[in-house]
Amino acid sequence: MLKYLAGILSVFLITATFGTAKAKELVIYSGRSKSLVEPIIRQFEKETGVKVKVRYGDTAQLAVALLEEGSKSPADLFWAQDAGGLGAVSKQGLFDKLPESIRSKVPESFRNSVGTWVATSGRARVLAYSPKRVKPEALPKSIFDLTDPKWKGRIGWAPQNASFQAFVTAMRLLVGEEKTEEWLRRVKANGAKSYPKNAPIIRALADGEIDLGLPNHYYLLRFKKSDSKFPVEQTFFTAGDPGNLVNVAGIGTLKSSRHAEEGLTFVNFLLSGKAQQFFVSETFEYPVTDEVISNTKLVPLDELLKLTPKLNLEKLDDLDGTLKLLRKVGLL
Amino acid sequence: MSYSETRPLPPWYFFVPAIAVGTGVLLPLVYLLVRAFEAETAELFQIVFRIRTLYLFGNTLRLAIGVMGSGALLAMPLAWLTTRTDLKGVRFFTLMGVLPLAIPGYVMAYALLGLSGPNGTFAELFGTTLPRFRGYWGALIALSFYTFPYLFLNVRSALLGLDVTIEESARSLGSRSWEVFGRIILPQLRPAFYAGGLLVGLHVLGDFGVVSLMRYETFSYALYTQYTASYDRTYAAWLALMLLALAGSLLYLEARLLREKVFHRAGTGTARGANPIALGRWQIPAYFYLATLVLASVVAPTVAICFWMVKGFDPSHLRDFLEALSGSLMASTPAAFLTAGLAIPLAYLGVRYSSSICRALERGAYIGYATPPLAFALALIFFTLRVVPGVYQTLWILIYAYTLHFLAEAIGPVRSALYQASPRLEETARSLGYPPFKAFLKATFPLLRSGLMVSTAFVFLAAMKELPLTFLLSPVGYETLAVNVWSYTTEAMFAEAAPYALAILIFSALFVGLLLIRDTNQEYRDTIIKVSR
Repeated sequence: MLKYLAGILSVFLITATFGTAKAKELVIYSGRSKSLVEPIIRQFEKETGVKVKVRYGDTAQLAVALLEEGSKSPADLFWAQDAGGLGAVSKQGLFDKLPESIRSKVPESFRNSVGTWVATSGRARVLAYSPKRVKPEALPKSIFDLTDPKWKGRIGWAPQNASFQAFVTAMRLLVGEEKTEEWLRRVKANGAKSYPKNAPIIRALADGEIDLGLPNHYYLLRFKKSDSKFPVEQTFFTAGDPGNLVNVAGIGTLKSSRHAEEGLTFVNFLLSGKAQQFFVSETFEYPVTDEVISNTKLVPLDELLKLTPKLNLEKLDDLDGTLKLLRKVGLL
Repeated sequence: MSYSETRPLPPWYFFVPAIAVGTGVLLPLVYLLVRAFEAETAELFQIVFRIRTLYLFGNTLRLAIGVMGSGALLAMPLAWLTTRTDLKGVRFFTLMGVLPLAIPGYVMAYALLGLSGPNGTFAELFGTTLPRFRGYWGALIALSFYTFPYLFLNVRSALLGLDVTIEESARSLGSRSWEVFGRIILPQLRPAFYAGGLLVGLHVLGDFGVVSLMRYETFSYALYTQYTASYDRTYAAWLALMLLALAGSLLYLEARLLREKVFHRAGTGTARGANPIALGRWQIPAYFYLATLVLASVVAPTVAICFWMVKGFDPSHLRDFLEALSGSLMASTPAAFLTAGLAIPLAYLGVRYSSSICRALERGAYIGYATPPLAFALALIFFTLRVVPGVYQTLWILIYAYTLHFLAEAIGPVRSALYQASPRLEETARSLGYPPFKAFLKATFPLLRSGLMVSTAFVFLAAMKELPLTFLLSPVGYETLAVNVWSYTTEAMFAEAAPYALAILIFSALFVGLLLIRDTNQEYRDTIIKVSR
């Protein structure tokens, strides 16, 4: 018996200690999905020898986790899918100020004025559709056309997703609280289907579950890369429509971090030419620095900036209000 | 009762672990309550009493009732055919009634989604697209196929244990076959349906994988979206409480229903088996039914998984796979040993000391089993973060959750072993001068070894395939098989999910194999009865 107990105990301790061993590791909370960013993280590990542990999740979920954990958080860095999540964490004073050497690497519009986060890549909201079931000339011209009964049960969106939430925050700023709420209610009543993320929206368009979707621009391009005949297309709404919001993914270092130096090394790495080129060529996003060869499959950035509504990304920090609104209309 | 009252209190080395288990289950739940009431009253009112709560309640109930109903429809004919007729291949079909347990709900949901749609397995094999089930029907199908074995096992053993003489009397008094079935057999099967239905109901309430993949909003799913995408976690805490209340009502209801229905046999002695009914021309529909059932519940999902596995096999993902496998092993292994160790004192108290406090302590383990995993996980997150932040997001907390959740499964085998170990042996050892603990070690423990081994294996395999606890409690950067199946499936990356799904399938099949070897029918019934009292 004692032998058995000792056996149990040692197996237990060995496996558990092995699992919880605290080596020197950089902990990143990533609101960006694993399939997008894992290769570049592995590349960083290989080049610097720093081990990285990543907690993947929705941007809002991780922002909430950071708020709840406060100074006890195991995280060193927060890499968010949108400026809204970054703004929320920054507002609570959880980020350290980034050094000037890092901030100066990106243009002013791609960082916040307090200097606690920098963008790592840019992206746009688009209207994705099934060319088989919707003719290009029949497409809605504005986000407000989606309340039209002819789209009943044909729209897919992702209310849990940070990019969608940032778009709602932008819409609140652009057209006001009431109009946004009404729009959400009416599109919901129009039978919009909720997906957990952007990629499933694209898949659902191909699989015939829906005919229109509201994802970020780069998901479709990734599907097209592996299958050029993938039966989904995407376009923009009329210039200035909230549905064309250009947003950024970005990163900040946390005050509670115990590996501040390695954290900054990682941020620097993301802004390096190699990482930026990876975002442009592999994940089909927009670069935030200059030294990059642009991707011909993308709408040029200056054209994109004409389509997007005029809005300072830094103002998207009222994630809380957006979540409350989404809950109020029953989407969360 | 008088026997137990004359007994002394159990020794501390059995008593203390049992109390620890009870506290371990209840403390986080109490904390959940504290957390839920932290909100201001006005806000609270707004959160709890709104249409959405009613909507979630309706959805959850609709799904639970639907799954119980369709489960009964799947299980009843199978049980009847395999016990009362001259069907060929009874052993095979009985096995097929249990095998679906090897395909966990979320894997079934993965298989259903991978089969259907224009790029699905079905379309590629047969050229026509299988419509994609989502929402209610998708969730209903996946959960029904996964859980109907619980009903089947119960109904089957009830049918085998029925007193045939009552049926024969009815027949001799002129009742027709279908009358006998409707008036005599069916009412007597009610307790079996209640017991099986309870297990099915608890599964539906606790399920997270199926409803999230099928995008059907129940309490669990809402709890998850609240947890992942909202600032204010008070609402999540409230949803967890509502889920707990539902599970509690289900237990209560089942206990009430069972108490009212007690059946006795007319004669004495052992029950005699019924004469098998000749199927005759009903043979063809019967076999057709069985073939369809086997095809839909076992063959189709397995084919779908293997198809995607072959189609999307990418050796460069091997590293990720191995990482997930070792992740799963790292939590499941210690949890299995710890659970088996804790099962000893609990089973011992339950078998050897029948005082009410001991039975209450043993029941603590069953509360852990019946608590919806997401609610339990959320309670643990709140609890550790505020009270013991040192263990927050460590593997310890996941092991802790597994242990308390699966303890009920571990007690069964140890208990049966204890029944066979006579207390006289230990008494003899004591009379020979051994102190009580030594006497237990020398006389009783050696007889528990095989039971312990089975318990360890049970918990190990159950933890390998567990999703909701793993999902919420995994430490940073910690990969497991189950979570990978889920997250790849949410992104509709069926090929990438396939190796993980296949691994889960293998571990679950081993689990079911163990069930069958142990003739666990009895054990499951024990569990069910314990859960419901």
